[in-house]
Amino acid sequence: MGQLSGPTDPTADARWEHSHPRKGFFTDTSICIGCKACEVACKEWNHNPQDGDLELLGSSYDNTGELGASTWRHVAFIEQGQERIIEARESGRALVNLGMPRIGPPTQSAPAPTNLAEADTTPPDTADFRWLMSSDVCKHCTHAGCLDVCPTGALFRTEFGTVVVQDDVCNGCGTCVAGCPFGVIERRSNGTVKVATSREEQHANHPEVPNVGIAQKCTLCYDRLVADETPACAKACPTTSIKFGDHDDMVETARERVSALHAQGLTEARLYGANENDGVGGTGSVFLLLDEPEVYGLPPDPRVPTADLPRMYRRAGMAVAGMAAAAALAFLGGRA
Amino acid sequence: MTLSEFDSFRPAEPARRRRQDGKRGPGRRRDNGDGSREMPMVPEQEFTSYYGRPVVKPAPWGDDVAIYLFLGGVAAGSALLGAGGQLTGRPTLCRNARLGALAAVGGGAVALVKDLGRPERFLHMLRTFKVTSPMSVGSWILSAFSAGAGVSAVAEIDRMSGHRLPLGPLRKVLQAVEGPAGIEAAVFAGPLAAYTAVLLGDTATPTWNAAHEELPFVFVSSACLASAGLAMVTTPVREAGPARNLAVLGVVGDVVAMKVMERRMDPIAAEPLHQGKAGAMLKWSERLAVAGGLGALLGGRNRVVAAASGLALLAASALTRFGVFEAGIASAKDPRYTIEPQKNRLAARRAAGVTGDAITTGS
Ligand code: SF4
Ligand code: SF4
Ligand code: SF4
Repeated sequence: MGQLSGPTDPTADARWEHSHPRKGFFTDTSICIGCKACEVACKEWNHNPQDGDLELLGSSYDNTGELGASTWRHVAFIEQGQERIIEARESGRALVNLGMPRIGPPTQSAPAPTNLAEADTTPPDTADFRWLMSSDVCKHCTHAGCLDVCPTGALFRTEFGTVVVQDDVCNGCGTCVAGCPFGVIERRSNGTVKVATSREEQHANHPEVPNVGIAQKCTLCYDRLVADETPACAKACPTTSIKFGDHDDMVETARERVSALHAQGLTEARLYGANENDGVGGTGSVFLLLDEPEVYGLPPDPRVPTADLPRMYRRAGMAVAGMAAAAALAFLGGRA
Repeated sequence: MTLSEFDSFRPAEPARRRRQDGKRGPGRRRDNGDGSREMPMVPEQEFTSYYGRPVVKPAPWGDDVAIYLFLGGVAAGSALLGAGGQLTGRPTLCRNARLGALAAVGGGAVALVKDLGRPERFLHMLRTFKVTSPMSVGSWILSAFSAGAGVSAVAEIDRMSGHRLPLGPLRKVLQAVEGPAGIEAAVFAGPLAAYTAVLLGDTATPTWNAAHEELPFVFVSSACLASAGLAMVTTPVREAGPARNLAVLGVVGDVVAMKVMERRMDPIAAEPLHQGKAGAMLKWSERLAVAGGLGALLGGRNRVVAAASGLALLAASALTRFGVFEAGIASAKDPRYTIEPQKNRLAARRAAGVTGDAITTGS
């Protein structure tokens, strides 16, 4: 067992004796066109069944809804007017001005944050409308809440530093679902697939849903990684919005990209998950966002619950002592 | 504080003061946490979320798990009462408590297994031991507890049936280990009652996680009063003295721990404890606990009053467990309980000068 919080190398913590680099994504939402090729590629490659009843959800072009047991990539669509764009620009600017300490050694390629001063962001450069599109995925956290709390060992840390469920070990206890601070992993139920009778025959013979009752999430295409292949979603992405590679390179690319956008005056750009000092020790999937994380349905300050586990065990120990003392008092005390 | 050209873009002073006010107040700030809003006359904006969809997922647990929380507590307290009866020469209390412990732990285990996505794989719980997983630790505690509770209860059943269980030569073994088994169960009783609080606390479910400091105290108190209630129902008043004492101690602990918990929790994350079904259950739980405790204290020597108080205590404990359980599930389903406390704590850290630990960074 490695440490429970803070910066670390999760692969080494899991006692892998080799030097595979940690793999990860950099999802650059500023160039996502919302085509959902990633969603489709993921479904196809992983044989994930239909999720939900094919309804229109009334949330722009997003009728997928959210990540879940059968949806391992989810493209979010957000429509915003000018007022909100200006707010996003201001909140992004405030982030830079906070003087966030750089993580790791400074790099030559990334200009200092103060370069932002030269950016001219006065309207009319601000559009009066924009669409935000972002392909969400499991974060493959450095400190993964799901993995920590899994009692069976079904969830494990791969040699690539990713987090994967073993279908044949999981007994569907569901602890991981509550343990994930990002609401990613979910237990697959068999109740969601209803095939409309009016549809053609091949749909009527809908294949049986695999892995019912088992927790499911993105595997970062473990089966493809072991064959030295790019994950299906990254491969299918036509705009390279989803970039895949060594985690360190991904973080570096993300930093370069965000400074480039800042230099263009797009101060709304910010990184999500690139800080190894955050509540989950940094994420394996790094994102470049154009507004506050909660706008995309991401938690603004996630913290792996297990970070507080030693304290919880201590408190529980005190409670146990209290209970024993109460019982002793009940028998030895007066009145009886 | 940096001195850059961008300071002109910094929020106006009133907005900054509002941020600090928000920290001291009940935490109902709506200014995006970045202090960028400068028009206090405009009604504060609702927090942003993605089409109101939840951020975290609720545990896929049904009422079975709440039932287990309750029965596990009853079993744990009963084992303590059983061991106490065993050591202080109260055979009826000892017998009833041991039987109660086995019945409760058996029922609880069935409820737990039923709630698994793959019940046939329940033994996978014991294929490893993981300290980081309260569910794993708890499975081992439950197993160890059940062994002791089972052996001591079977010994009682054998005695009650006039040694008619087909045990053969094993009867001597059973009688020899019965005492130690009762003690062993009592040793694991406290952990059995308390680990479920860690199980709930160690999640991203806002209300449970925010309650992690005090929840173990609530749960062990609830276990004490529930098992004492059961003993008051099953055992004649002559031997039930310790149960009455335990009931009173449990009620005091339960009420106090619950109050402290609500006070120390993040005020927003505590809201689901007061709202809707969960709120009603917790309110009634407190009333029934107080009524049962008073009954035990004042009228516990009357068999009828004792039994009625015992039932009230059992109901109170069940309502506590269901209430806490439901409040957590409700908090996970509403993005507000995830987003607002997180934004507030992030803003509070930033206001205190800690800027290096946010997940969102400008570079
Ligand atoms: S995002 Fe959730 S499911 Fe993915 S690794 Fe982190 S804790 Fe696990
Ligand atoms: S549902 Fe499966 S993967 Fe999740 S914690 Fe339980 S055993 Fe582990
Ligand atoms: S890495 Fe593989 S499993 Fe994960 S989202 Fe992409 S295609 Fe799906």
